[in-house]
Amino acid sequence: MQFMLLFSRQGKLRLQKWYVPLSDKEKKKITRELVQTVLARKPKMCSFLEWRDLKIVYKRYASLYFCCAIEDQDNELITLEIIHRYVELLDKYFGSVCELDIIFNFEKAYFILDEFLLGGEVQETSKKNVLKAIEQADLLQEVGIEISTVFQKICSNS
Amino acid sequence: MALKMVKGSIDRMFDKNLQDLVRGIRNHKEDEAKYISHCIDEIKQELKQDNIAVKANAVCKLTYLQMLGYDISWAAFNIIEVMSASKFTFKRIGYLAASQCFHEGTDVIMLTTNQIRKDLSSPNQYDTGVALTGLSCFVTPDLARDLANDIMTLMSHTKPYIRKKAVLIMYKVFLKYPESLRPAFPRLKEKLEDPDPGVQSAAVNVICELARRNPKNYLSLAPLFFKLMTSSTNNWVLIKIIKLFGALTPLEPRLGKKLIEPLTNLIHSTSAMSLLYECVNTVIAVLISLSSGMPNHSASIQLCVQKLRILIEDSDQNLKYLGLLAMSKILKTHPKSVQSHKDLILQCLDDKDESIRLRALDLLYGMVSKKNLMEIVKKLMIHVDKAEGTTYRDELLTKIIDICSQSNYQYITNFEWYISILVELTRLEGTRHGHLIAAQMLDVAIRVKAIRKFAVSQMAMLLDNAHLIASNTQRNGICEVLYAAAWICGEFSEHLEESNQTLEAMLRPKVTTLPGHIQAVYVQNMVKLYASILQQKEQVGEKEAAQEITQLMIDRLPQFVQSADLEVQER
Repeated sequence: MQFMLLFSRQGKLRLQKWYVPLSDKEKKKITRELVQTVLARKPKMCSFLEWRDLKIVYKRYASLYFCCAIEDQDNELITLEIIHRYVELLDKYFGSVCELDIIFNFEKAYFILDEFLLGGEVQETSKKNVLKAIEQADLLQEVGIEISTVFQKICSNS
Repeated sequence: MALKMVKGSIDRMFDKNLQDLVRGIRNHKEDEAKYISHCIDEIKQELKQDNIAVKANAVCKLTYLQMLGYDISWAAFNIIEVMSASKFTFKRIGYLAASQCFHEGTDVIMLTTNQIRKDLSSPNQYDTGVALTGLSCFVTPDLARDLANDIMTLMSHTKPYIRKKAVLIMYKVFLKYPESLRPAFPRLKEKLEDPDPGVQSAAVNVICELARRNPKNYLSLAPLFFKLMTSSTNNWVLIKIIKLFGALTPLEPRLGKKLIEPLTNLIHSTSAMSLLYECVNTVIAVLISLSSGMPNHSASIQLCVQKLRILIEDSDQNLKYLGLLAMSKILKTHPKSVQSHKDLILQCLDDKDESIRLRALDLLYGMVSKKNLMEIVKKLMIHVDKAEGTTYRDELLTKIIDICSQSNYQYITNFEWYISILVELTRLEGTRHGHLIAAQMLDVAIRVKAIRKFAVSQMAMLLDNAHLIASNTQRNGICEVLYAAAWICGEFSEHLEESNQTLEAMLRPKVTTLPGHIQAVYVQNMVKLYASILQQKEQVGEKEAAQEITQLMIDRLPQFVQSADLEVQER
């Protein structure tokens, strides 16, 4: 996979993950063009389209478009599966996820994606394992925060 | 000391965290840019603080702003500071920001090398994990060279979580620094037999992608993959392996032969569409490379075509699209097998989805024969009438012409019919392919002597109706057709029945509104026509008529002299 974009129906970008090195200007140009192209598609049309020399696979979930760019030899159907799996992971983590969850907790969305895909390839095919890794990392964060707040309290009292 | 800390924490209480920022932006829809630049100033202040928590918060907000389109590369150094925090929470934020905005042009990226190395050898597996994930997004050739060894060691880490990430990131490292492949390769091979399925599939992934770029080196691994393929039940892994074989078979035909059987079994047994699709695609690829005509493979082709037919008949648009796509691949080498499904393809032409229609068009191109050409083109013409949106129409037009002119008009039995089709096509509005039609007309008229008479009469009609076509000078495409019409009439004027009328049509004042080069052709051909008419009249002895014509020419020619185009004036 070359990149994944999430955007709303109004064309606002909610998440962008690039697996190929590109300059900021190029990324912006690609994002703008692609968002326009995908938003222009009618609802009953198929989820695949050819754009430049890439294949684009997209799917709409509620008010969000999930859009992936894959290379010519990649399998489109499996990419649809990848998108679906990611949505399931988000759903499990946030509990019935909606667009607002992703807006306010975008860094968590990235972390989940980073446990599922690495370098554009599927890292872990078991949903359970991905969620377990996220949970453990979260716990690590919680512990860290608690210790730091305790420490701060001690310092401010002394 | 204490006061300073208390004061510090009170200040910090008013810092906006990410949620506040997002809420703030949403609340300031009208003056968003101003609000954001205000926030950026605040962030710059926060970044100057010593407190790492504050910095991390600032970087987190910056990452959000970067997603909205704001450039945050000025904060690169601060991002690296946050990456070096000892607390996992902050480190994570730092790496996330880095993966979003670092790239080869970032000048401070070399500073990250040591930090990453430290994190890679951290006792905490999540620190290592976060470093690996972040690195995969911004690895540069220098970073790859420096860190390759560390990552290689990690491939044998005790925790499968780390091994998995290390294996996957090696692919990115190889891409940037190819020399690292040789020493790492034996370890990579080991990972194919790793007890943890996650690590194993990661290794399969990497080798598959590597093999696609350079299949020769991985041929020796084929038996190992064969074993994996027959023993694995994980669909994701299977798809990767099958794809790998698809890349290897062009080099080793025996491998292809061995593969046909297990692949066919998989096609029969699997219920997963994605796996089925991958298998069918690979079988097609194999059979194309084996196309030295092995008869017993026709059964496999039939099977594939059958399955593809099921895909195309499915109501799911996606499957239809993919089915058509795969069919076109088969079409190239085994056209006969696809012929029987012509009816289905024609049906697809009626689909509401434009991408599907375009795919079906592509397929039809390869499926025409003498008998069905007219029928197919007739259907396409109906579509051209119905088609909304000019790109699709243009596509249809080019396709029709392509289909008809294939291999030197091999399939056209009735050229008169073809000319009339071309004329009909000119009636379309707003197409960009006028010159294509014109070229076709010229081509046919020149080559096929028999129909010249018919062609000429049609062209004369066109010229008569030229005012309809020329009514909107923007429609330059169609005007090109007039170019062809005029030329044909001039060249083959002996076939013209009503030369006078045609000449008159060409001399009408409206003609001056046409583009310059068309007018030039007009004038040139008018002269030819004039000459032939004069000849005719002289033979018959109608001196008066001849004089009339000459008068007409003298009257009307001056208007051309005034034309801005030099060519026209010259003539």
